[in-house]
Amino acid sequence: MTSVTVTPPRSEPSAFRAVLPQLVPFLCVFAVAMILPFVSNDYWALIGTRAAIYWVLVSGLNLVVGFAGHLAIGYVALLTLGAYTTSVLVAGNVMPAVPVFAALPIAAVVGAVFGVVVGLPALRLRTFYFAMSTLGFATIVTQIALAWQSVTGGGIGIAGPEFPAPFNTAWGYYYLCIGLAAVSTWISANIAHSRFGRALVALRDAEVAAEATGISKPRMLIAIFLLAGALAAIAGGLFASLQTYITPDAFTFDLSVLFFIAILIGGRGSILGPLLGTIILTILPELAAPLAAWSTFLYAVLLLVIVLVIPGGIAALLDFRNRRPLPSNRAILPRPAALGDIVRKRAGGKTLSLRGIALSFGNVRAIDGLDLDVAPGRIHGLIGPNGSGKTTTLNVISGYYAAKGGTMTLGDDALPPGMPALRAARGIARTFQTPRVIGEASVLQNVMIGGTIEGEASFVEALLSLPRHHRDERMLAAKARGLLGVVGLETLADVRADRLQHSELRFIEIARALMLDPDFLLLDEPAAGLSADEIDRLAALIKAICARGTGVLLVEHHADLIFAICDQITVLNLGRILAAGTAAEIRSHKEVVSAYLGA
Amino acid sequence: MLGSILASGLAAGAIYALVGVTYNTMFSTSRVMSFTSGQLAMLGGVFGSMFMLKLGLPVIAGFVLTLVGCAIIGIITEFVAVRPVLKNLDQHLYVLSTLALALMIQQVAAIKWGTEPQPFPKLIGWGSGVWDEKFWLPVVACAATVIGLEYLYRRTLVGRAFLAIAEDNFAARALGLPERNLRIASYALAGVIGGIAGFSGGELLLAFFANGALLNFYGFVPVAIGGLGNNRGAIIGGIALGLFQQAANFLVGGIFSSVAVFTLFIVVLLAAPRGLFGSATARRV
Repeated sequence: MTSVTVTPPRSEPSAFRAVLPQLVPFLCVFAVAMILPFVSNDYWALIGTRAAIYWVLVSGLNLVVGFAGHLAIGYVALLTLGAYTTSVLVAGNVMPAVPVFAALPIAAVVGAVFGVVVGLPALRLRTFYFAMSTLGFATIVTQIALAWQSVTGGGIGIAGPEFPAPFNTAWGYYYLCIGLAAVSTWISANIAHSRFGRALVALRDAEVAAEATGISKPRMLIAIFLLAGALAAIAGGLFASLQTYITPDAFTFDLSVLFFIAILIGGRGSILGPLLGTIILTILPELAAPLAAWSTFLYAVLLLVIVLVIPGGIAALLDFRNRRPLPSNRAILPRPAALGDIVRKRAGGKTLSLRGIALSFGNVRAIDGLDLDVAPGRIHGLIGPNGSGKTTTLNVISGYYAAKGGTMTLGDDALPPGMPALRAARGIARTFQTPRVIGEASVLQNVMIGGTIEGEASFVEALLSLPRHHRDERMLAAKARGLLGVVGLETLADVRADRLQHSELRFIEIARALMLDPDFLLLDEPAAGLSADEIDRLAALIKAICARGTGVLLVEHHADLIFAICDQITVLNLGRILAAGTAAEIRSHKEVVSAYLGA
Repeated sequence: MLGSILASGLAAGAIYALVGVTYNTMFSTSRVMSFTSGQLAMLGGVFGSMFMLKLGLPVIAGFVLTLVGCAIIGIITEFVAVRPVLKNLDQHLYVLSTLALALMIQQVAAIKWGTEPQPFPKLIGWGSGVWDEKFWLPVVACAATVIGLEYLYRRTLVGRAFLAIAEDNFAARALGLPERNLRIASYALAGVIGGIAGFSGGELLLAFFANGALLNFYGFVPVAIGGLGNNRGAIIGGIALGLFQQAANFLVGGIFSSVAVFTLFIVVLLAAPRGLFGSATARRV
């Protein structure tokens, strides 16, 4: 259950069977929650309700922390905000009183807005800086609640909202909160198992590759911050009602710690893990009185142990599937012939042209007046000694660097410099010198990420698991499986990518790039680290891709591979073109032979 | 009022600056930002009050023992929360491990010391009004620390070794510098600086467990403004933050000053993620 998605279905009955083992633990937790009223007393109703409310918040926060990898440690701020918004609206001390079931959605909207405000720094800041900004927000929300007496009652506080019958008894309210917790689980699971969930993990573990597949970081993050903020504020409203009376003291930083640590103990990229983590952390202090006083200390110790001993959390402990050994003598056997069934044939026509591209790093001229044409359906080799500007050229084309001079055109349209996330939509896909795959996701999910922008369902459709979302998932999974067959890795589809060999990662990257049906494919040293046999198979694969109408730009050091498959070759040296021409011309070019190929 | 703003602003600013320097001292040898920085300053106040008021020790003995206590906490930070996660620094596990340790320190302080702010004794007794020692002590402590650090870094072998490690860890190790011991030493030094911040600011902030989280944030703002690892930036940023915060405090009132500081923090970070005195961004692809 560390994996990001359940394996999407090819046909409905088998889909159910595939999902069932992953659903069972959730159904067990739900069954226990349903039975609880019949086997215990009101004291446990309180604890159960509290756990359910915490989970409403944590299920959203889990997408931020566990999936997107942003260390939001101050989420108690949004709980506070939701609690006060609901209480103030219901109490009617600022404007006419609102019924509680209308106040909750309003609080959710307010929470969503502030969720984005708190989250916005994450677009530029990572890790410690972002953690600090959420911590700072948590501090000021409490101070405002204390000081804004006319609205919040200051230190004296304000009465929490009361729910109408049948939710005004301990167990009635318990069932309401369990119901909302179940809905939150469903919503967050839908997102986690959609292309949005995969994109979040991609941004976390392979941001550069995610951009190359066209994933827009701001849009993704804003969407989940909206959702997480709304869920946190709803949890706040429920919390206020459970407390019956709220003061700023009720929202200690310890709560933030509980939410945050529940996710890390559960394991990132999992939903079941944080759910169990939330339940455990809520119950733990109730087991013994000393535990209650020392609860934060206990949480902190747990956090330290988790970080130092089992970074994967509960989810990694429960992940039995990925402990089975893989066959050691496996070979990559691509089947390029199958390509025709999967990748759209390109009409061709557009040429990718670079004219006079120049780029310097400080005083080093990395590229100096480069002209290059990649024609559709042709393989263009880019070779040269180390530091001659080959990868830099790829980075300029894919937008990671903005050239200081020169123009890039795709057919008749100019290709704007910079903006890597817009390249995928223009039909340009690429691989990387060091494979950038998501180690914690399965091979299939890694490939599916390549097709993120092909999906049609919106975030809300995915959230509610509407038909268009299912169609997307089926399409992406089928295509990804097909492409894994093309590159010869279909038997490894469900394996975690970090268990694979280097050469297999190279082929995953190619499959991921092909998900776009690219007009142009930029390959950065795809043969590095491959065996001689694998290089031959790679050559056949590249030729087959090219035969479908895709233009290939190949950066490589293996001269044999270059001369065997390239139609055109450009030789770079110190950022300048040393020679350009057909394979035969380059092979006999005197300067190239002396500078690079050797006699 | 200008006098009050200047006095309290410079005092608070000096404390923030010292906490910022604590962050930087830990960062320089380990590339780790630690949530224990603010806690060390909190402990400076709590230890000082404990040694002098509870145990009745003289000021000098209380000061020395406080610094020793903070240095030990600094070393514990290195052993427990930093060293185990240095192997894969790129995973940023230190954010979590140092947070865990900081929470433990805070919780122990809350339970063993109490959750109410407790008084901190008068140390010297010179001055009154805006010249009260609670205002000028942190400033003097900050100046003395800066001078001491300058001397350490420029004139002593150990200090130069710190600089070498901060500049290029691999090269320094290749030269045979005892990187691990120097790192422990720098964490002890960070503990001492944090202790000085808390001790000198004790009369202003009192001995209060919740100061840790507060100083964690207010001490990090100067680091963010000044650029990570840049002590000069942290001092300027700290003083500026203190003045800004106290000006806002006197002019528009308490809550708005914290909102203003938070806004300043976010705006600076979004406009210049590497800080105003920081270096250029690293290469991504």
